[in-house]
Amino acid sequence: MPIRTEPVTINIGPQHPSTHGVLRLRVTFDGEVIVDVEPIFGYLHRGSEKLAEERNYVQVLTLTDRLDYVASMTNNQAYCLAVEKLMGVEVPERAQYLRVMTAELQRMASHLVAAGFLLQDLGALATPLMYCFRFREKILDLFEMLCGARITVSYMRPGGVFADAPEDFWPALDRLMGEAPELLGELEQLLMENEIVLVRTKNVGVLPLDTAIAYSISGPVLRASGLPWDWRKADPYDVYDRMQFDIPIGDRGDNYDRFRVRIEEVKQSMRIVSQCIEQMPPGPIRTELPFVLRPPAGAEAYGRVEAPKGELGFYMVSDGSIAPYRCKIRSPSLINLTVLKELLVGWKLADMIVTLGSIDINMGEVDR
Amino acid sequence: MYGLGLAKGLMVTMKNFIRPPFTVQYPEERLPQHPRFRGEEFVWYDERCTGCASCAKYCPLGIIKIVTSPSETAVLEGDKYDIEVFDIDIGRCMFCGLCVEACPYDALFMGSGFERGRYQRKDLVISVDELRQAVKRPSTWFRPQLENARYDPQEGEPLAWEDVGREKWPWHKQEKAGAKINRTVHRGGAESSQDKK
Repeated sequence: MPIRTEPVTINIGPQHPSTHGVLRLRVTFDGEVIVDVEPIFGYLHRGSEKLAEERNYVQVLTLTDRLDYVASMTNNQAYCLAVEKLMGVEVPERAQYLRVMTAELQRMASHLVAAGFLLQDLGALATPLMYCFRFREKILDLFEMLCGARITVSYMRPGGVFADAPEDFWPALDRLMGEAPELLGELEQLLMENEIVLVRTKNVGVLPLDTAIAYSISGPVLRASGLPWDWRKADPYDVYDRMQFDIPIGDRGDNYDRFRVRIEEVKQSMRIVSQCIEQMPPGPIRTELPFVLRPPAGAEAYGRVEAPKGELGFYMVSDGSIAPYRCKIRSPSLINLTVLKELLVGWKLADMIVTLGSIDINMGEVDR
Repeated sequence: MYGLGLAKGLMVTMKNFIRPPFTVQYPEERLPQHPRFRGEEFVWYDERCTGCASCAKYCPLGIIKIVTSPSETAVLEGDKYDIEVFDIDIGRCMFCGLCVEACPYDALFMGSGFERGRYQRKDLVISVDELRQAVKRPSTWFRPQLENARYDPQEGEPLAWEDVGREKWPWHKQEKAGAKINRTVHRGGAESSQDKK
């Protein structure tokens, strides 16, 4: 005789270690099978867009550090590109190279965090995460040398970067680039062929390509579904048009593909960083701009970059004053999070945690 | 063969098991800190500061409070205002360093400390007296002249106000040329950097 069951709704989060921040999920279960998922966010809302309207253009830069705090460099870059478009200023070549180089280092750090926490969610507690963090630590150490902070870097400025790299930065970077393949190889050896990882992630949380496009997904999540779409190739900004790199894509769009695409992208980022070191031209690093920028009234600009998590865009409107009239942030994490229900219905609770980890959201960016 | 991946993974774990640890035991051991590190305990030179409040205007959070009064010597001759209040509310500071970037006279520098735990928020406000008395080991963040001199705030000697500037201050140039300017400086502590000279 079958036992009569009824669906149960439970809350996961906002204070839950595996929701990657203060995300709350209202999940309806039938037994252990998920029937419905509703992500509820807003617990980390700081009003960055509104705060930007009462600060001048350089001060807003410090707010962008705190959007996606795992990848502040690319946030800086997107904001600076938008403001430069608004002002119509050119960036010196060396500054562009420095930007690309630091953005790629940041992409490596961000993808390592994503890969590490995905494995942590799988139950591989701490050990693989610490291998990822050991690698990331070396990158953050370089950032401290470069701009005095590890996470909230504030390295770039509208018109360039704030300072050139110190002398001992270049040997340290060479050392990191020498060590990096071994560190990454170790991680791959530990995990890419691990049967437990394969069983838990392959064919779980499949995102078909047409669904991904319909939800306007970007970044590694889209590329894992099989579309080689990357703003660095599609609309090259800074000096990405001079860089040789491939876009890794997945074939099924499951959790394993999303994990593998990130690891492959770390390798491509290493290629870009070595090319930057080779091609780094001498010269100025910052266009001379006044402290207080006043873009022409009515000017509008949209600056976008391929952030580690997807397309990050800043839409800026100026009214001729020292502060932006409007600063709209198109954050990839928020838009990638909307597809969660499509991925999860029919899977079990443990798969939900892994799938959420594989989307790689960052609540600082979701809530802004 | 099933299990080969697990065995390969365990090889990595074993290799790391015999490797010396990457982490350090923090309060006893410390990692080297880079000279550009942006930290608390701002270094501020009374002799250099004119009280223009560029730092206060440029702070994204508005946490620097400055009160000045015209000094005894005439301002028009290139001398400075007396600084009565120069409070930095470290409890709200995010160490972006824009105040340091804004300072046109090289009077304000980032510090290199990071251990300022206090029990009450009001203890986190750095007052002007504390700034005057503090040991002055400035961070080289946004100060290329210190970086070119390869100054290290961790190991280097405390710097006096004469050694830190970019020499762009008009009265400073006059004084270098031999002019004697009578300057009033508030004595916060037992000794100021002028007494030390």
